[in-house]
Amino acid sequence: MDEKNLNLVKDYKYGFSTDIENVKAPKGLNEDVIKFISKKKKEPKWLLDWRLKAYKRLEVLIEPNWQKPKYPKIDYQDLYYYSAPKSFNEKPQKLEDLDPKLLETYKKLGIPLDEQKKLNGIAVDAVFDSVSVATTFKDTLTKHGIIFCSISEAVQKYPDLVKKYLGSVIPITDHYFATLNSAVFTDGSFVYVPEGVRCPMELSTYFRINASDTGQFERTLIIADKGSYVSYLEGCTAPMRDENQLHAANVELVALDDAEIKYSTVQNWYPGDKDGKGGIYNFVTKRGLCKGNNSKISWTQVETGSAITWKYPSCILKGDNSIGEFYSIAITNNHQKADTGTKMIHLGRNTKSKIISKGISAGLSDMTYRGLVDISPNAVNSNNYTQCDSLLMGNRCGAHTIPYIKNKNSDSNIAHEATTSKISEDQLHYCQQRGLNPEEAVGLIVNGFCKEVLQQLPMEFAVEAQKLVGISLEGSVG
Amino acid sequence: MENKIKTDFEKAFKNFPLKEELDFKKNNLENFIKKGFPGKKMESWKFSDLNQIINKNLGELNFYTDHVQKNLIDTSLIIKNFEHNKIVFINGKIEEIDFNFEEKDKIQVSKGLSNQINSFKGNSLLSLNNAFCKNFYNITIKTNYSMKKPLIIYHMINKDISLTTVNSQLSFYLEKNSLLKIIDIYDEKSEKNFINTFYNFSLKENAILKNFKIDNSQNNNIKYSFNNIEQEQNTISETFILSNGSKFLKNEINCNLKGKYSSAFINGIFSLNTDKHHEIRTSVNHLVENTKSYQLIKSVLEDKSKSAYQGKIYVNPEAQKTDGYQLSKCILLDKNTEFNAKPELEIYADDVKCSHGSASGSLSEDSIFYLRSRGLNYKQAKKLLIRGFFLDVIEKITDEEVKNYIKEIMEFN
Repeated sequence: MDEKNLNLVKDYKYGFSTDIENVKAPKGLNEDVIKFISKKKKEPKWLLDWRLKAYKRLEVLIEPNWQKPKYPKIDYQDLYYYSAPKSFNEKPQKLEDLDPKLLETYKKLGIPLDEQKKLNGIAVDAVFDSVSVATTFKDTLTKHGIIFCSISEAVQKYPDLVKKYLGSVIPITDHYFATLNSAVFTDGSFVYVPEGVRCPMELSTYFRINASDTGQFERTLIIADKGSYVSYLEGCTAPMRDENQLHAANVELVALDDAEIKYSTVQNWYPGDKDGKGGIYNFVTKRGLCKGNNSKISWTQVETGSAITWKYPSCILKGDNSIGEFYSIAITNNHQKADTGTKMIHLGRNTKSKIISKGISAGLSDMTYRGLVDISPNAVNSNNYTQCDSLLMGNRCGAHTIPYIKNKNSDSNIAHEATTSKISEDQLHYCQQRGLNPEEAVGLIVNGFCKEVLQQLPMEFAVEAQKLVGISLEGSVG
Repeated sequence: MENKIKTDFEKAFKNFPLKEELDFKKNNLENFIKKGFPGKKMESWKFSDLNQIINKNLGELNFYTDHVQKNLIDTSLIIKNFEHNKIVFINGKIEEIDFNFEEKDKIQVSKGLSNQINSFKGNSLLSLNNAFCKNFYNITIKTNYSMKKPLIIYHMINKDISLTTVNSQLSFYLEKNSLLKIIDIYDEKSEKNFINTFYNFSLKENAILKNFKIDNSQNNNIKYSFNNIEQEQNTISETFILSNGSKFLKNEINCNLKGKYSSAFINGIFSLNTDKHHEIRTSVNHLVENTKSYQLIKSVLEDKSKSAYQGKIYVNPEAQKTDGYQLSKCILLDKNTEFNAKPELEIYADDVKCSHGSASGSLSEDSIFYLRSRGLNYKQAKKLLIRGFFLDVIEKITDEEVKNYIKEIMEFN
């Protein structure tokens, strides 16, 4: 990177790239690369040791292959595990330079132009953007004692909190991708809400993958102390033009006594083109721990992007009377594949969980709901309700439901139901009779199908998500 | 185990005359030795680790049974409720085939390899069965013939057999427009054996198959039963499973709906107590359009028992207008009971009606209260509720004689 750009990058006080230079770590995964990452980020020794321990573990782990969507083998030695954002010169300078298709998408999303600029990284990078959002309201947040910053910053400023909770929900001995993330994670968000505080605004982050040949490994850690409440939004709404790329993030949530965390995701990574070329492999580990009594964790996700989505946001209901919720809409079109669902692990007494999953597959895509409800012998008087509905559009796509139900407690109830259907001719006919074109009609019907989940999203996201649903299914009718 | 199984195989088939059959057996033996008993690492054995169950309950097994002397049939075990044809297995060997109630030329019994059993290479227990099964019998029901009386297959095992694997196998061919009713009755005086049964059914146009599998006598054996059903146009298959007596029992049904307007019905009851562990695994494959399947499994668990249901509905891209339904329900009566379910849908066609449901929990306190307010004591109320719960499944049986017989053995009359 030349001097000028280096200075430019340095200007962003809260961006994680302040201490990054445009030097990629050598390709490949080894101890030296991990040491390089840790050194670049000026991490304390305990964190480096922690990373190395994860790396040791990774050497004995085997990449899982039980999932439904198969993918060509990833050469982990051919990836960059650390890379600075591309220099701004390489980015499109004006809106006109952008792919017109991209602009069209934004127009349909109804995002105002200046926001489009932000999202496309014309003025600021999307990841920078997320931090700057935080900066905007920094005063308000500080007043309440809420910490919202990048995880690298948190490692420097709040090492005790990070040390205590990092890896407490997803240990370094977890599955392959989670352990890989533990070894090489580069950045992510950190949120701490102190005791009794109700976070006055939605916290949000936009993620974005920059360079090619890199893996994206963020780590998010959210801690809600006793009696607090936080709603966190994660947007991956920046479409990319890159080849197949790995995105293996870890998200850990910890809710202490009487705390509540609401985590919403609108994921719209680049899904690959119409022939299934390119796109993101979205292999994310998300897990929430209801550690305290009366705590609540709620996951809401709208998954429309990625070539392959493979994730199971889970809740471990450890505290008595804790509640876990999972609301999901997953849409696959063209050659997209998704294997997603949740795990509800009931450990405490009187724990409750609710799962609402809506899957829509169109084109040549394949969609799987895979979920686990496990009520342990001690989880007396627990309850689960699961509903998975699938909608098929066309006869070249697939929709699958694979629930695992384990009830080991005689005082607990589990109810599960699933249906698979298609949009009926009658519904389409009715809408078209009222003047809608077939695409609008499908959009309307699908939105109705998803309504239960959409209404769980915070306002601003709900509108965006609703439009995304329509866009994702474009070209699948007729 | 490897040496043991090889010497037992040598002993069992020393002077075996048919070369083709022997080669087939040897291939299967090798396959079994390579794979061994299935464990929980295999997805289909996730909820029941057979390898561990055998090690814990049985230990080292024998694979050889001496069939030299003819075993006498214990006639006290023969059912007297209704007239029936019978096939009697004793220690895995057929001792009697009796179709006295049927027209002679309408039923054909022959020996030899069935041409369909090769298609389950992944199933090591089937390989074990193929390797050690004494004789391969094929039973054909001729065109347009409906059997007058049901066929009861008795699976009997003598007292002197212990720690042994007992393998038996039968293939049935139902020609066009034929009807066959089979009742399987397991009755054994022995303990601690591994009993492995395999049936293959091939249904031609308009044929009807009814299979009732009754495992009611209390015993400490480990059992595995596999039914493969191939169905052509307009055929109907009905399978009913009563899973109750054995220490461990896994019933597996694989059903291929290959012809239009074919339908499959699978109904099952688990009524378990004391440390028992039973499983039903079904896989219904809708391969062409306009096919139908219905599955209903109900389970009542007492005293440390465990039941599992893995049901899969597969819908091929060509199988439009499929109607598939699955429902599993469980009542857990005691602490330490466990119910596991994996109701799976794999769907590749859009114009289908597929749904499944699964519910598990305790007896409804409200219902108990209602009944007690009407003068029943707790025990009576519980019994009545369970009876109602099970009758829902039993009433689905389309054969009156069998329905009454099952009600009788479940003490519901």
